[in-house]
Amino acid sequence: MATTDPAQTDLGFTDPDPRRSGPLDRLPAIVIPIVSVLLAFAIGGILIWLQGVNPFEAYRVLFSDALGSVAGLERTMEKSTPLILTGLAVVVGLRAGLFNIGAQGQLLMGAVGAAWAGYNFQLPPLVHLPFALIFGILCGAAWGSIAGALRAYRNVSEVITTIMLNSIAIALVDYLASRPLKEPDQPLSRTPEIAESAALPYIGPIPSGFVLALVVAVFFGWFLVRTTQGFRFNTVGMNPSAARYAGISVKGTILLAMAVSGGLAGLGGAVETLGITGRFEPAFNIGLGFDGITIALLARANPIATIPAALLVGVLRAGSSSLQFQTGIEPEVVSVILALTLLFVSAPIVGKMLFRNRSIKQTTVTKGWGS
Amino acid sequence: MSAKWAYALAAVITVGSVIFYVLDPTKTTSVLAFSLRYAVPLIIAAMVGIMCERSGVINIGIEGQMLMSAFAGFFGAAITGNLIAGTMIGIGTGMIMGAMLATGAVTWKMDQIIAGTIINILAAGLTSFFYAQGFRLPGVTPTVRIPLLADLPLVGPVFFNNGLFTYAAIIIALLLWLLLFKTVWGLRTRSVGEKPSASDTSGIGVQSTRFWNVTIAGGLAGLAGAYLSLEAAGTFERGFTAGRGFTALAIMIFGAWNPIGALGAAFFFGLTQGVASQLQTDAIVDIPPQFVNMLPYVLTIVLLAIVSGRIKPPAAVGRPYEKD
Amino acid sequence: MTSTREVALEARGLTKRFPGVVANDDVSLTVHRGEILALLGENGAGKSTLVKMIYGLYEPDEGELLIKGEPVRLKGPRDAIRRGIGMVHQHFQLVPVFTVAENVILGDEPHRGPFVNMRKARAEVARLSEEFGLQVDVDARVEDLPVGTQQRVEILKALYRKADILILDEPTAVLTPQETDDLLRVVKGFADSGVAVIFITHKLREVLAIADTIEVLRGGKAVGTTTPSQTDAAGLAQMMVGRTVLLTVDKAPAEPGDIVLDVVGLNAENDIGLPAVRDVSLQVRAGEILGIAGVEGNGQRELVQALTGLRPCRAEVVTVNGEDAQRRSPRAIHAMGVGHVPEDRETDGLVGGYSVADNLVLDRFDEPEFSRYGVRNRAAVDALADELVSQFDVRTPSTQTTVQSLSGGNKQKVVIARELAADPTLLIAAQPTRGVDVGSIEFIHSRIVAARDRGAAVLLVSAELDEVLGLSDRIAVMYDGEIVETMSAQDADRSRIGLLMAGHAASET
Repeated sequence: MATTDPAQTDLGFTDPDPRRSGPLDRLPAIVIPIVSVLLAFAIGGILIWLQGVNPFEAYRVLFSDALGSVAGLERTMEKSTPLILTGLAVVVGLRAGLFNIGAQGQLLMGAVGAAWAGYNFQLPPLVHLPFALIFGILCGAAWGSIAGALRAYRNVSEVITTIMLNSIAIALVDYLASRPLKEPDQPLSRTPEIAESAALPYIGPIPSGFVLALVVAVFFGWFLVRTTQGFRFNTVGMNPSAARYAGISVKGTILLAMAVSGGLAGLGGAVETLGITGRFEPAFNIGLGFDGITIALLARANPIATIPAALLVGVLRAGSSSLQFQTGIEPEVVSVILALTLLFVSAPIVGKMLFRNRSIKQTTVTKGWGS
Repeated sequence: MSAKWAYALAAVITVGSVIFYVLDPTKTTSVLAFSLRYAVPLIIAAMVGIMCERSGVINIGIEGQMLMSAFAGFFGAAITGNLIAGTMIGIGTGMIMGAMLATGAVTWKMDQIIAGTIINILAAGLTSFFYAQGFRLPGVTPTVRIPLLADLPLVGPVFFNNGLFTYAAIIIALLLWLLLFKTVWGLRTRSVGEKPSASDTSGIGVQSTRFWNVTIAGGLAGLAGAYLSLEAAGTFERGFTAGRGFTALAIMIFGAWNPIGALGAAFFFGLTQGVASQLQTDAIVDIPPQFVNMLPYVLTIVLLAIVSGRIKPPAAVGRPYEKD
Repeated sequence: MTSTREVALEARGLTKRFPGVVANDDVSLTVHRGEILALLGENGAGKSTLVKMIYGLYEPDEGELLIKGEPVRLKGPRDAIRRGIGMVHQHFQLVPVFTVAENVILGDEPHRGPFVNMRKARAEVARLSEEFGLQVDVDARVEDLPVGTQQRVEILKALYRKADILILDEPTAVLTPQETDDLLRVVKGFADSGVAVIFITHKLREVLAIADTIEVLRGGKAVGTTTPSQTDAAGLAQMMVGRTVLLTVDKAPAEPGDIVLDVVGLNAENDIGLPAVRDVSLQVRAGEILGIAGVEGNGQRELVQALTGLRPCRAEVVTVNGEDAQRRSPRAIHAMGVGHVPEDRETDGLVGGYSVADNLVLDRFDEPEFSRYGVRNRAAVDALADELVSQFDVRTPSTQTTVQSLSGGNKQKVVIARELAADPTLLIAAQPTRGVDVGSIEFIHSRIVAARDRGAAVLLVSAELDEVLGLSDRIAVMYDGEIVETMSAQDADRSRIGLLMAGHAASET
């Protein structure tokens, strides 16, 4: 006579619902990520110091390069755009109880799809750009749907399938760029350049892709809290049994959530192609997928909070080449700092340090192998 | 994979191997030998997964544990000039990473998938950051040829003429099977993974069992990583482990969380890779190299899709134990 | 005479606190060798917590424990087991995929070096099974065994470790009246052979049948010690709840109307594919309550799931108000005017992390009243929530509070409020007062009766025979997937129903 264990996803975030409770309850939600970041910087600083460089100097270089000039800001915005979108991708998945580690692969599919839509067609500008963007989104969404369908209808854990699909995507886009979609008459594996009509313009120094990402983040912040479909996502994520009982199709919602998640990452890739690189060239930005996870957890699965989290990561990534150039510190130190940030955000270390006995809710996604 | 499918598959492979051996002994032997070598890290990594999951803990971080250990083993051997020391360092590193997962997942009751992902990201970051060029191994790991047995047709050269790690992998798999299903430790471990409250009320320490199993399993991951850099490739590169840690999880599932099943599944995986590589080399079919690279991943997904839902994992896997 | 026997176990002033609640407050008790001490109290009174301290699963915050006269500090079940304490848990602590033998020896395995000596284990378990008259197949997998047999395995576990202080936590919850009598006889046998027994239950009948001493707990405190000769059921009930309790429900006679639910020949399988509901037929009319009596595990759960669209089934006829209800989704069936209070409210009925308000509209969140073009109308949701919370007396700080933090009774009231608010023509209520405090039980019962008086048809499924007898106008008894007999409440005879629940066919009585 066993009692059934409710497969609940406790994300430990607080919805921005003003009527919930007073400022004191919201405080822990923000404090932990901030302290985690500071701690990670501190330890990163020690690593830098061990290499013989003054950590404060190193950080100054990092930040001033990324934020201290118009060119730097521009680079920061460029780098942050796909980060916001992959972060959102993971957030949307988390809300529905799914851990989408495949944002990287979905991003690549979106990037190559947008490239193809960008160079293979001749369309008037007002049509071509949205077409290429949407095509990129659909490629990412399709890629995400594979994992979604496997989870929804065959109960295969999306954790493994998305990781596998990442590797498959890397190989696939490499093949595409080296054979069928290859730019002719030159030796490199890359697609031809996209048409002018498909390019994402700059508004002064601001990449329009960045603005687009901000808008999308705000939209999803609203979507998840105020719409019925968002309600379905949240309910399936929190309690699939109750969701079924409420008439929500759990399988359909899982599939849709992975498709949306993939589409967001695909949009990230599309924006990268159409706004920055102008074509698809494989072996670019391998780390973006994992950064998305860090950002999503830093943001505690809140779409709007992915913006500051992504900006932080974007600043670090944008400034890291300058860091190497001026101080000789390897840009990978940023990866270490981010990994430590993720550790502190997710492990109860910080929580225990700050709040002693207060039971801080932790982020939970695991339900076993898709049970 | 249910028993009768497994036997059928094994029969097909055996018959197929014999037929191809008759047709072309050299090529068949080399494909099979390649398959076994390819399978070795997968076998050991799958054992890691089995040890952890049979205790109730999901270990997504096998990849990171292997990567870190491959790194430590390689540089350890290069710096000390001693392969054995390098191997020990690799295993030790694995155990430290295992203890990290144990602390996170068991002591702190973190979400286990997030804990594993953190290990992967940390390992990737640290190994990239500390990577340095120009190091070389002091030597080559010895190949041991077992007399008499190595002279048998077909099975001889494939199974009995291998590096030490290869023998270790097979022995470890058989040993783990014995331990899990015939010893007191195995019974208690399995109870902790199936129904921890029953173990608790029987006086078995659930948290300590899980903690030590996960830590020691990390040591096995260390062995797998050391194999990769010391025996298989003789070098270390960034991102070296190339997803084997995740493939090992799929193998664990196909093998129904049974060490012998995983042994077979890993070999099967190696075989598909071996056959595909051979086909490509022979240029019988024009397969672009990227598709050969994709093969293990596609295979994983396809097989998981077929097999999921028909195999039951340990019932309490993934859930931190709360006394209620 | 208890006073001439030596003291096996004594608890002095045991206190245990959890965040927000004092589970046990200065509780003392004494058990002698060969004595059966019944620990009585309603849900949440602290009985389980107390024995978990005795078994070493919890550490007391205050007080001390003396075993055979010696003060002890138990650091875990191992210590308790070593001192001769055995526990038979309410929710069996058995590993489903292990065999009977493996389960019994777990933690105390006979071994040769590191290897388990299974031969010795199986022989020993078989011997114990013989000796104490607890028949089991030592090689059977526990998950394949029926509930009554599983309980025997639990008991064998304690006996294997030579327990001379035996704790039984609500052992009869899953047994038929006849299996209960068998168990009580076995327990009396243990006591006669010198074992000290602590018997936890909330069933007054059992207490009066076998206890030598009765200890009553209420709200974490020990409120009285007595013996069967000094009291009766009403007296015990009063000690349990602190005020005179209505053991029956006040209701006017039923005035049944048309048939609302018509079921003919329904068949359904359980989760492992075995037949759970066999050819069941029943009708419920408007304005009447049909109660299904039966021990849990005889197909009631699957029947309710089939009727509410949560489980596939095959039937000749399943109609609600004449409309075919087969192969419909839960939502569609709900739209036909069927309300469902599920057995497992945490899993099926509520989303713990959502507010009370969101839970109250869980079934209607996307209807035009509460959303337009896919955007939710928060104001409308909150207005409804305010109304329902006051109407159904849900004790909560606000409608925005997460439902998780409410007590069991209030959670159930949220579910009932939601289902009744839709004014269903058919209400299916499964175990509606499980885990609910007595005050809320009365409230919930009155609301069910009120729905019936308003003309709704009510199908009640409950493992509490008293609840079924008190509320129903007609009673159907379910055993092994079949409805063995249906009768009106007036003709209901408690002992006869007990026999039917155990599978004794009507003609045999």
